[in-house]
Amino acid sequence: MSSRTGTGAAGEAGPPQQHELLSAADVARTVARMAHQIIERTAPEPLVLLGIPTRGVPLAHRLAARIREFGGTVAGVGTLDVTLYRDDLRRRPPRPLETTELPEGGLDEVLVVLVDDVLYSGRTVRAALDAVREYGRPRAVQLAVLVDRGHRELPIRADYVGKNLPTSRDEEIGVLLTETDAADAVVIRRRSR
Amino acid sequence: MSEQTLSQRTRPLLLHGIRPYGTGDPVDILVRDGMIAELGTGLDGTGAEVLDMGGLVVLPGLVDLHVHLREPGREDAETIDTGSAAAALGGYTAVFAMANTDPVADTAVIVEHVHRRGREVGLVDVHPVGAVTVGLRGERLAELGGMACSRAAVRVFSDDGVCVHDPLLMRRALEYTRGLGGVVAQHAEDPRLTAGAQAHDGEIAARLGLAGWPAAAEESVVARDCLLARDAAAALHVCHVSTAGTVAVLRWAKERGIQVSAEVTPHHLLLTDERLVGFDPINKVNPPLRTAADTEALRAALAEGTVDCVATDHAPHAAQDKDCEWSAARPGMLGLQTALSVVVATMVRPGLLDWRGVARVMSERPARIGGAGDQGRPIAVGEPATLVLVDPDGTWTVRGAQLASLAGNTPYEGMELPGQVVATLLRGQVTVEDGQVRG
Amino acid sequence: MRHLLSTAGLERAAALALLDTADRLKQALLGREVHKLPTLRGRTVVTLFYENSTRTRASFEIAGKWMSADVVNISAGGSSVAKGESLRDTARTLAAMGADCVVVRHPASGAAHRMAGWVSTHVVNAGDGAHEHPTQALLDAATLRDRLGHLDGRSVTIVGDVVHSRVARSNMHLLTTLGARVHLVAPPTLLPTGVHRWPVTVGHDLDAALPGTDAVMMLRVQAERMHGGFFPSAREYSIRYGLSEARLGLLPEHAVVLHPGPMLRGMEIAHSVADSPRAAITEQVRNGVHVRMAVLYHLLAAQEDQP
Repeated sequence: MSSRTGTGAAGEAGPPQQHELLSAADVARTVARMAHQIIERTAPEPLVLLGIPTRGVPLAHRLAARIREFGGTVAGVGTLDVTLYRDDLRRRPPRPLETTELPEGGLDEVLVVLVDDVLYSGRTVRAALDAVREYGRPRAVQLAVLVDRGHRELPIRADYVGKNLPTSRDEEIGVLLTETDAADAVVIRRRSR
Repeated sequence: MSEQTLSQRTRPLLLHGIRPYGTGDPVDILVRDGMIAELGTGLDGTGAEVLDMGGLVVLPGLVDLHVHLREPGREDAETIDTGSAAAALGGYTAVFAMANTDPVADTAVIVEHVHRRGREVGLVDVHPVGAVTVGLRGERLAELGGMACSRAAVRVFSDDGVCVHDPLLMRRALEYTRGLGGVVAQHAEDPRLTAGAQAHDGEIAARLGLAGWPAAAEESVVARDCLLARDAAAALHVCHVSTAGTVAVLRWAKERGIQVSAEVTPHHLLLTDERLVGFDPINKVNPPLRTAADTEALRAALAEGTVDCVATDHAPHAAQDKDCEWSAARPGMLGLQTALSVVVATMVRPGLLDWRGVARVMSERPARIGGAGDQGRPIAVGEPATLVLVDPDGTWTVRGAQLASLAGNTPYEGMELPGQVVATLLRGQVTVEDGQVRG
Repeated sequence: MRHLLSTAGLERAAALALLDTADRLKQALLGREVHKLPTLRGRTVVTLFYENSTRTRASFEIAGKWMSADVVNISAGGSSVAKGESLRDTARTLAAMGADCVVVRHPASGAAHRMAGWVSTHVVNAGDGAHEHPTQALLDAATLRDRLGHLDGRSVTIVGDVVHSRVARSNMHLLTTLGARVHLVAPPTLLPTGVHRWPVTVGHDLDAALPGTDAVMMLRVQAERMHGGFFPSAREYSIRYGLSEARLGLLPEHAVVLHPGPMLRGMEIAHSVADSPRAAITEQVRNGVHVRMAVLYHLLAAQEDQP
C-alpha cells in the first residue's frame, strides 16, 4: 500500500523513526531515468499518463515534463480516482473521493501509463484497471511506479520501476513530493500501529 | 352515598404509629366495622390485627375525578379489574370512570354495568361518569336524569375525549344538570382550532413540523363555559387544565362567584413540550404538554386553590397504539400509580404544598366536586376508615411493565420518584398492604 | 454516519463531506456513456414511499442503480400497507428480508426517526411530514455552490408556505450551518410559531427582499391552503408572493432561482421565470442524483458504525 499518510518529514509528533532512503537529488535522477525508459519502450506512440491520487498525480506531471523534455510524445496527463473501485471500503470510515480528470482525447485506442508512487499489494492498481475500463478501451495499459516495495497479493507487476526497495510488513514507505509535502524524498518508517 | 361493601373486616385493625396529614407526633388508629373507632396514642390492640406503620403519613383515601378504565370496549388496554388495582396501589379509594367507552356510557344500562363491575372487584369505589350527549356526538343530550337515578347515581357528566362545543347544547346541559344536583365536566377544546393538531402550538412543535394545538383552543372554551355557568347558575368543572391562560380565566371567574371547579393532571405539573424531541408518542396527550411557564402557573394555581384538585386522566393504551409514528399514536398517559409521587415531586418537595394540602387537592376537593359523600372525610373518630398510608421519604423507580395496568404507557419510565404508597384502606378493608394488592 | 434523518443534526464537516463527494461523483461520471460505478454492488436499497412522489423516488432509484446497488421500490397504497400494516412492521419486514438501507417518505413528522429506532438497517429520510427533507437541502446547497462558488456569507431568501414545508426547515438548518444567511418571506399565516427565534430573518415583503439576496428559493404552495384560511385566493397569493418576470428584474445579476418542484407555474413562479437561465431547477434535479449517490456511498460503502 502506498504512503498516503505521510506528510512533511519533520511534521509528525512522537514520530516512528524515519530513515531517508532517497534524497531529493535521488528522486530527480530516478524520475529522469524512468522517463528515458518509458520513451525507449513506447516511442513514437503518444502516451496518456494517468496519475493515481494523491502523489501519483504530481509524479505523472513530472514524468510528463521529463518525457517531453527528452523528446517523447505525451498526448495528455490526467488523474484517475480509484476509491470507488477499491475492494476494502467496508473496513474504514467513508473515504473522501478524489478528482478524476481525463485528457480531452479520452482513453480509447491510446497507450495509457498508470502512475503511482508506491506499488505494494497491487490492489490499488487492480482498482485502477477497473476504473480505466469504465472510461474507454485503451490500446494497452502500462504501469509506472517510483518505488516497488514487494509483497504483492495479486498477479500485478510494474512496467517501469524507479527503485526496488524490499521491506518487511511492519515497515512503511513514504514518498514525499514538494507538490504535497515539505521536500522530495523517499523514507522508510516502522508502522505506527 | 355508596353502599357499604359486603366484605367487611370482622376483626378490628390497629394502625400503629401514623401521622395524620403528616403533622404532629405519631398516633394510633383503631379501625372497627369499617370506621375509625379510636384515635390517639397507646391504643389497646387486643383482639385486633396490628399493623406497625413506623410513623408514616396518613391521608384520607385519594379520589380521582378523571380516569379511563376502558371497559367496556378496550379491555386489551385496561379493565375495571386492572384499573382498580392500579388505583388502589396509587392510594386511591374512589375513581370516576369517564364515559368514552365502547359502547359509550350514555344510558342507565351502561353506567349500572360499570358500577356493578366496580363493586364486584371491590378495590376502589368506581363512580361512572355519564356522557353529556348521546354517543358523545354533541348533537343532543343523553338521558342525564336516567343515569342520575340509576343504581350508579351519576352526578358527574362529561363527553371527555371530545368537547361539548355547541354553546347552546352546553348551556342546556348546565341548566339540566343543575336540576339533578350534578356537574358538567368539560373537555375544553375548540375542534376547529385543533383540527389535525399533534402537539402544543409552540416553538418546539413548529421546529419539528408537528401541527400546533393553540392554547386559545382551551382558553376560549373555558371562558365561554364560565359565562354560561354564570347565566345558568350551574356547576361547571374544567377537566385537565393545561395553560396559564386558563388559570387566569378561572381566577377571573371565581372572583365573580361563578361556580366553577378545575382539575390538573400530574403530567401537566411535571412535563413540558421539551419531551417532543425524539418524537416518542409516549409523550402525546390531549391536552398536550405545554411550556415550562405553563407548568409553573399550574403548580401555583393548585397551591392557591384556583385549580381545585389533581385528576390523573389515566389513559391506558395498547402497545401498538403508542409504538408507532407520532401522528398515528393515540394520545394519553397512565397516571393512577404515579400520581401521588409526581405531586410529591412537583408540589411537596419544592414547598408549594404540605401534606394537608395534598389531602385537600387529591381527596377532599375531588370528593366534594364529584359528590362522593363518604370519601375525602376528615381523619377523626366516627369517620369511615378510607385512608392511604404514605412513606414520604421512600423512592421508587417506575417500570411500565411492572405497573398493575394492562397497558404500560407511562411517561415516567425509568424515573425515580419520591413518596411511596404503603397501604390503602377502603372502609376498613385493606386493599393494598406493603405495596401489594390485597383482597 | 449511520442514518441521514435531518440536516438539523448534520455538522458542517459532515455536510461538506457529502457535498464534496457528490461533486466528485458528478465528475467521475462526466462524459461517460455508461453510468455505472461498482461501489455498492450487492447492497440492497429499498425505497418506501407513503406519499406519491415520482421525482424523488426516481432520483433515489437512479442514484442507487448507478452505484450498482439493487434497488426495490415500495409504494404504500398497494398490498400490505393498505391492509393496515403498521410502519413499524413494514420496516421490520424489509429489514428481515435483507434491505441494507431504507429510504422512507411518510406524511408523519418524525417517521424516519422512529424507524431508525426500530430497525438496524440504515435509514434515509426522504421527507417526513413537515419536518425534514435532508437530501433536498443538500442538493439545493450543491446547486448554490455550483452557481455561486461558496455559501459563506451568502444570502438566501426562502419564499412561501414555510409552516408546512420540510424543505424550508431542512434548508434553514443546512444553509446556516454552511455559513449562509437565511431570510424567510411569507404571509404571517404561513410562518411557524416562534419563527422569530430561528436563526433567520423574517419578512412579509418580497419586493424588499429581492435586491439584496444571492438566491431565492420558491416553495410550492398547495391550493388547499386556501381552505384553511391561510390566504384568500390563488390570485392574491400569486400577486403578493409569486416570482414574476418583474420581480426577476429586481434580483441582482448573479442571483439564482431555485424551486424544489413540482412547480405550480403561474402561482408561486411565473412561466417565463421558471425557464429563464437564472433558474437552476434542472441543475437541482441533476445534482439530486449525485447528492443521493453520495449519501448512499457514505452510509453503505464504509465500515459499519456501531449503533
